[in-house]
Amino acid sequence: MSIPSSWYLILAALLFGIGALGVLIRRNVLIMFMCIELMLNAATLTFVTFSRTLNDIGGQADVFFILVVAAAEVVVGLGIVVAIFRRRSTADADEISSMEG
Amino acid sequence: MLSAAAYMPLCPLLGFLILLAFGRRIGIKYSGIVATVAVAASFVLAAISWTGLLGISSSKREITQSLFTWLPVGSLQVKVAFLIDPLSITMCLFITFISTMIHLYSIGYMKGERDYVKFFIYLNLFVTAMLVLVMANNMVLTFVGWEGVGACSYWLVAFYFEKESAAVAGKKAFVYNRIGDVGLLLAMFIVFARVGSLDYTTIFAHLSAFSPLTATMLVLALLLAATGKSAQIPLFNWLPGSMEGPTPVSALIHAATMVTAGVYLLCRMSHVLELSAHASLVIAIIGALTAFVAATMASVQRDIKAVLAYSTISQLGYMILAVGAGAYVAAIFLMIAHAFYKALLFLSAGAVSHGLDGERDMGRMGALRKVMPWTTGVFIVGWLAIAGVPPLSAFWSKGDVLDAVFRHYPFLWALALFTAFLTAYYMTRMYTLTFTGEARYDKPGADGAPALHAHEAPWVMRIPLLVLAVGAAGAGLLNLPWVHNFGLEEFLAPVFHGALYNPHEGTSLLWLLAVVDSLVAVGGIAVAWMLWRGKVSAANLEPDFLTHDWYWDDFYDTVFGRPGTALALFSATTIDEKILDGAVNGVGGLAVQSAQRLRRIQTGQVRQYALLITGGMAALLVFILMRVF
Repeated sequence: MSIPSSWYLILAALLFGIGALGVLIRRNVLIMFMCIELMLNAATLTFVTFSRTLNDIGGQADVFFILVVAAAEVVVGLGIVVAIFRRRSTADADEISSMEG
Repeated sequence: MLSAAAYMPLCPLLGFLILLAFGRRIGIKYSGIVATVAVAASFVLAAISWTGLLGISSSKREITQSLFTWLPVGSLQVKVAFLIDPLSITMCLFITFISTMIHLYSIGYMKGERDYVKFFIYLNLFVTAMLVLVMANNMVLTFVGWEGVGACSYWLVAFYFEKESAAVAGKKAFVYNRIGDVGLLLAMFIVFARVGSLDYTTIFAHLSAFSPLTATMLVLALLLAATGKSAQIPLFNWLPGSMEGPTPVSALIHAATMVTAGVYLLCRMSHVLELSAHASLVIAIIGALTAFVAATMASVQRDIKAVLAYSTISQLGYMILAVGAGAYVAAIFLMIAHAFYKALLFLSAGAVSHGLDGERDMGRMGALRKVMPWTTGVFIVGWLAIAGVPPLSAFWSKGDVLDAVFRHYPFLWALALFTAFLTAYYMTRMYTLTFTGEARYDKPGADGAPALHAHEAPWVMRIPLLVLAVGAAGAGLLNLPWVHNFGLEEFLAPVFHGALYNPHEGTSLLWLLAVVDSLVAVGGIAVAWMLWRGKVSAANLEPDFLTHDWYWDDFYDTVFGRPGTALALFSATTIDEKILDGAVNGVGGLAVQSAQRLRRIQTGQVRQYALLITGGMAALLVFILMRVF
């Protein structure tokens, strides 16, 4: 017996929702960053689920691309966060608004 | 022998290039000589080509020398090619000869000028352009020369460009000439549309391509071109202003050569002119009116050069009148004679003002015959020659014109004869004011100008004067009415074949007209002598109407000048500043305004952006779900 696909999809939706909520309500940049990763992984989970359901290996192959892109994104993103933290000694997203128009 | 002809324009061109590149190094001492030698070489080549042409039987004297193809555009092949025929060689001979004399004179006249070298650069370039104009075998190359002489004329009129009046006069000459140039361009368009070629020989071989209406339009377009270049009504006003240039320029460009280009063009196109009797009548009327109007204006001038300027317009009017009467040989004959005596008169007027520190007002001259015997002597020759006293040149040349006009248009003949009377009158007035009576130059002027010390011209200026005086006296020999086997008439006959007017009929009538001409000339001299002897000014003889040029300039100012200025100001202030600038600034302002509003969205708050994205996503989702269900 196996767990139905809908369970996985519900889990993915929950993960995505938690991530999105986190990005919106948390002010710490590092937490926001982790939440984004959570959203990304929720998306990855749906890929794998549909890959299994539809019996198509393409979905799982895509996951590898997403992992690589996510890794690269983490490098760049964390680099920026560290650089900002060094200059401003803060990780509060609301404080970092020097890009306003 | 004839191959020498192609080198004719190259000599002054070479002189121009040498002076342009090395003028400063050659220096003031020799640059005038270089320029003079270049033009003199051109005259020698012209003489060689002439003898070469005489060696060919008269019916075959039409040789084209092609140098290279300049503009190959489809069926239109414009070549740099020269047409060597009696007309072009005649023009070349007298142009190069007079140019040489005037170059020589300029060496003395321009001495001490700051832009001495530049003057000769322009002068050589002018001779090049003039020779290209008369030698070209197609209308496009003629146009090149036409514009070339126009440009040189502009530079030389505005030679003393630091002076406001000289700069303005140069501009005026340029603009008036440009109006005339439109005529030549139109003529080229008409010819190309009908014939498909702009070569003169091809045009003359396809005369049937022109309907009477087209021919009339073509001739009127050519006449417009001629009125611009040859200073005829309605475009004559620029020539008096051109006297702002140095006197040798007035003699060379604005008396002897460039201003005759319009007459030359009409003579060159004589076969086309023959197609339209109406247009010829218009030409004759324009010529006669110009001759008369300009002569009346010349009668009241106080400036020694202005008299000669109006006189030149008047004489050019005679030439145009001759063309209108179909007497092309008479027109060319008068052109040559006029080149001699008018160059002589201008140069002696130049010698007078040169000897008086540049004074040109005849009111400050008088009794100069005592201090300037040479100048006075040659001036008397020029004066009697232009007045038409037999046996000097204008008696023969103007006589030919008057004969032809008498046969074709008797009513214009009367006007032309009265103009001849005026010619004798104003020239005598000029002579008495300048050379006789009481000396006025050695007293302070009425406006406080200092007294002047008069002196005779140096030899380098006297030699050309003497040579030109011989020409002015004897140019009539070129075309004596009873000489049939050697003369201008026979030489030029092949060019104007079919269009030839024969003045040698009715000898008794010819005698009668000659006597009338002589009486008119002597009468004009006598009247002026009686009226002006011992006088300086006479208000009743100098009415305002004439001193203001018949209010001609004021008329143009009112009709074209002021509305034009108003329109330009309106364009500058309203159309440009308000409408055009307004549109451009409006677009810029709109971008700035909208950007000012839009920038408020960019708060810099990352979480706000995230909320907006989430909201957008949610809205999109709702929209898609509503579409699906």
